[in-house]
This record gives sequence, structure tokens and C-alpha cells, in this order.
Amino acid sequence: MSARRRFISMVAGLFAAPLLPARPARGQQADPFAPLVREITGGAAVRPGRVTVDTPRLADNGHSVPLSVNVDSPMTAADHVRSITLLSSRNPRPLMATFHLSPASGRAQVATRVRLAGSQRVLALAQLSDGSWWSGGAEVEVTESACLDAT
Amino acid sequence: MKSGIEFVSDDLRKLQADDFANPGMLWVARGEKIWGEAAGNGGKSCAACHGVAAKSMQGVAARYPRVDPGAARLVNLEGRINLCRDRKQQAQPLGPESDELLALTAYVAHQSRGVPVSVTLDMQNRKDFERGRELYNRRIGQMNLACTHCHDRSWGKKLAAETVSQGHGNAFPAYRLEWQSVGSLQRRIRACFYGLRAEMPPYGAQELLDLELYLAWRAGGLPVETPGVRR
Amino acid sequence: MLARVQLPRTAKPGEVIEVRITIQHSMETGFRFELDGRPIPKNVINSLVARYNGAEIFRAEMGSGIAANPYLQFYTVARQSGAIEISWVDDAGNRGAERAPISVTG
Repeated sequence: MSARRRFISMVAGLFAAPLLPARPARGQQADPFAPLVREITGGAAVRPGRVTVDTPRLADNGHSVPLSVNVDSPMTAADHVRSITLLSSRNPRPLMATFHLSPASGRAQVATRVRLAGSQRVLALAQLSDGSWWSGGAEVEVTESACLDAT
Repeated sequence: MKSGIEFVSDDLRKLQADDFANPGMLWVARGEKIWGEAAGNGGKSCAACHGVAAKSMQGVAARYPRVDPGAARLVNLEGRINLCRDRKQQAQPLGPESDELLALTAYVAHQSRGVPVSVTLDMQNRKDFERGRELYNRRIGQMNLACTHCHDRSWGKKLAAETVSQGHGNAFPAYRLEWQSVGSLQRRIRACFYGLRAEMPPYGAQELLDLELYLAWRAGGLPVETPGVRR
Repeated sequence: MLARVQLPRTAKPGEVIEVRITIQHSMETGFRFELDGRPIPKNVINSLVARYNGAEIFRAEMGSGIAANPYLQFYTVARQSGAIEISWVDDAGNRGAERAPISVTG
């Protein structure tokens, strides 16, 4: 296929993008995470705090953004983190991952690299051993490479 | 003279320097496996002739592309690996940008990490070199720009969110976030052709080899970084 | 599927150790297309388990929001010598496993 054909197919791809579900305008929906969070927690209250999400403020490329979650927990048999769930406010599939921890973890910290479809807020939900839910988030500005290729 | 690593973010610099987290090391590890596996009708592995790569391949990638005496033509490292497959292993050549070829090339080039790029210009490769230099300076594509316009006259400036680099190939094969994979220097150069809206030469084309030789001469002294990490 | 696991070679009993994993996998989102327009089917490593001498110490359920060639870093308490084994499965049913030994003395 020629470069021209490839270019045309890429341009066609750009125009196909608006067919994806539109992002709700700011103010229209105060919390983009609310419906999914309700589904995950079964409607239980989620308190902000104890969860820290660390990402670069400015990410190089949405294909791979370093992300680390830390939960303030002693990680003992009596008091530990059971799970950490990562949510995106803009990805076509907002549920990115769930990590299951236990007292055997020793430290409530998980790091990975995520895909982010554009600049957005990411949220981490943690469920503790007493059943309580906590959350923390981070804003990520996603930039893209100017040098794409067609192969 | 600045390697491309000097134009990337702290995150990518850390990722390249971390021999575990650097995703390119997955290709290097795969290449190490392939190095020891017999292939083709010859039933030989790379190791059967070349032994321990850390010894035999140290500094080799820094001298490519070069003219292969048997083939009497300019070959890059990928081409040299496929010549070995043909002559010694009697195996089919590995396809351009195949995982196997990228893995072997990355593994071999990794043995030269830290070694300064240094190609020798002589009577054998003079014509290839001159053609490469001419192409580097020739305006091409609908953008009507030459390599030199970005990488000599405009490096350090912004192109959208990108900082234009000096266009050195010393980190390749490299892992590009954009590709979500390791890719060759030819793939990177083809992306430049695409960006200029110019017809992309096919993989292995003489003009890409010529350009690779000119780029290697131009990057002379920069350390090999394979596997580099780029945006 | 090629993978790498990194642990400290030795640890003291009770010490919290860092476990790092990388796996060569494209983590296909299902949103990409071949140049001729055919969709590339979604195929991600959806489940990964880490076991320490057979006992589960970490589990991940992942989607297309995890980057290609996934990287994971987590922690566990060193108890006894042995090995940590990671195993995973993708949407296509391909399974993989990789292990690393650890020596616990003190």
C-alpha cells in the first residue's frame, strides 16, 4: 500500500473518532466516575483519602503512562488493603485494572503503566479489610508525539 | 552532538536506564534465546559459530552498516544477520520488523552498548555514503523538506509537543511508545518520510541503507544505547 | 510469551521485598485496525497471579487500559526460601508463567 493510501486511511480514522461516545461536557456531570464506582462498591460510601496516585503531570504519550498507587495502611492481618481498582475518566473502557492484596503484601503499593485516551483524571479505589472504601486520584495531561508513522 | 535521549522526558530517560523496566529488554532477552537456538538446514545456532555474544559481538554494531565482502554490497546489522542465516544456517531470511529479527538485532546491538558509533569510510562504501549524504540534504515529499532542515537547522525546537532531535540512530533498535514495540532504524526513518508526505522506500531499499550509513558517520562518537526508549 | 521477573536474590525473614514483572504482549485494545480496515481483535492479559511457594500473594485483573508489554511492581513479605511464580492468561487463552528464586536467611 502506498504512503498516500496509508495517509488517507489515517485521515479517515480521524474522522471516525467522533462516532465514539461523546464525553459529557463539564458541569453536565459532576463526577464522571460515579456510576462505575457505585457498581464496584455496591453503593457503599467512598471516602476521599488514604490513597495516593502518582503519575507525571505531563505524560509523553497516552500509550504508556507510569502510574503508582500507594495506600496508607499498616498491612497487618487486622488492618490491610484488600484491593485497589484503577479507573479512567476518558478511556472507552474506564475500568483499567484491579489488584488484590493481602497481609502477605507487606506494603500497599502497586506500580504499572497505563493507557490513557487523552488528558484526564484517573481514580484509584481501595477497599480495606474492614470493608471501607477510600479513593484518591490524579490529573494527567497527555501529549502525543508529532512523529507518527503509517506502518 | 546530542543523542536523542537528551531530548526526551525524565520518565523516558529513567525507563531507558532501568534494565529491568525498559521494555526493549524483553526483545534483548528474546534475542539471547534465539542466539542459542539451532536454525535452518544447517542446524547451527548463532552461538555455534560466534560463541558468547558478550565477547564476540562487543563493538560490532557500532561499525554497521558496512560492506559485506562476500555480498559486495552495503548491509546493515539486520542484513548481516540474514546473510548469516542464508550462508551458515541455510535458513529463510527473517522478515523486516519481525519480532525475531528485531530481537536478534537488539541483542547483538546491545553487546555494543556504550561503544562509540564509528563507521569507516573507504573506497568500498564511498558511493553509498555520498548517495546517503545527498538524500539527507535533498528536499522530498509534499512538505518539501530535507532531513537537514529538521535535524541540523531546527533541533531543539518544538514540533507540536515534540522536541526535534538531531536525528541520530545510536539507540536503535529502540522501543517507541508510539509503536508500543521495538522497531528498527529503518522503521523510524520511514516514519520521517511519512511525516514529509514522501513515498516511503520499502524495507531494505538501497536508499535507506545509504541513509543509515550517512547517519552512522554523522553520529560518530555517540555511544550505542540499544535498546533505547523513545516517544 | 516472554516474561521477566525481578526479585532481590536474598532477603531477611519478615523483610518487605519488591517484585517486578514485564511480559512481552501487545495488549491489543480491540480498537485498532489493520491497514486494510480489518479490526484487530481485543486480546489482553486479563488475569495474572503471583504465588510464593504455592500460596497466592498478588492477583491482577487487567483490561485494555494497561499498556502494551505490561509492567507490574508490587511487594511481599519474605518468609522462607523458595520461588515466586507468576502465571497469566490472555483473552485468546494463551497461558504463560515465569519464576524467580529467593533465598531467605537471617
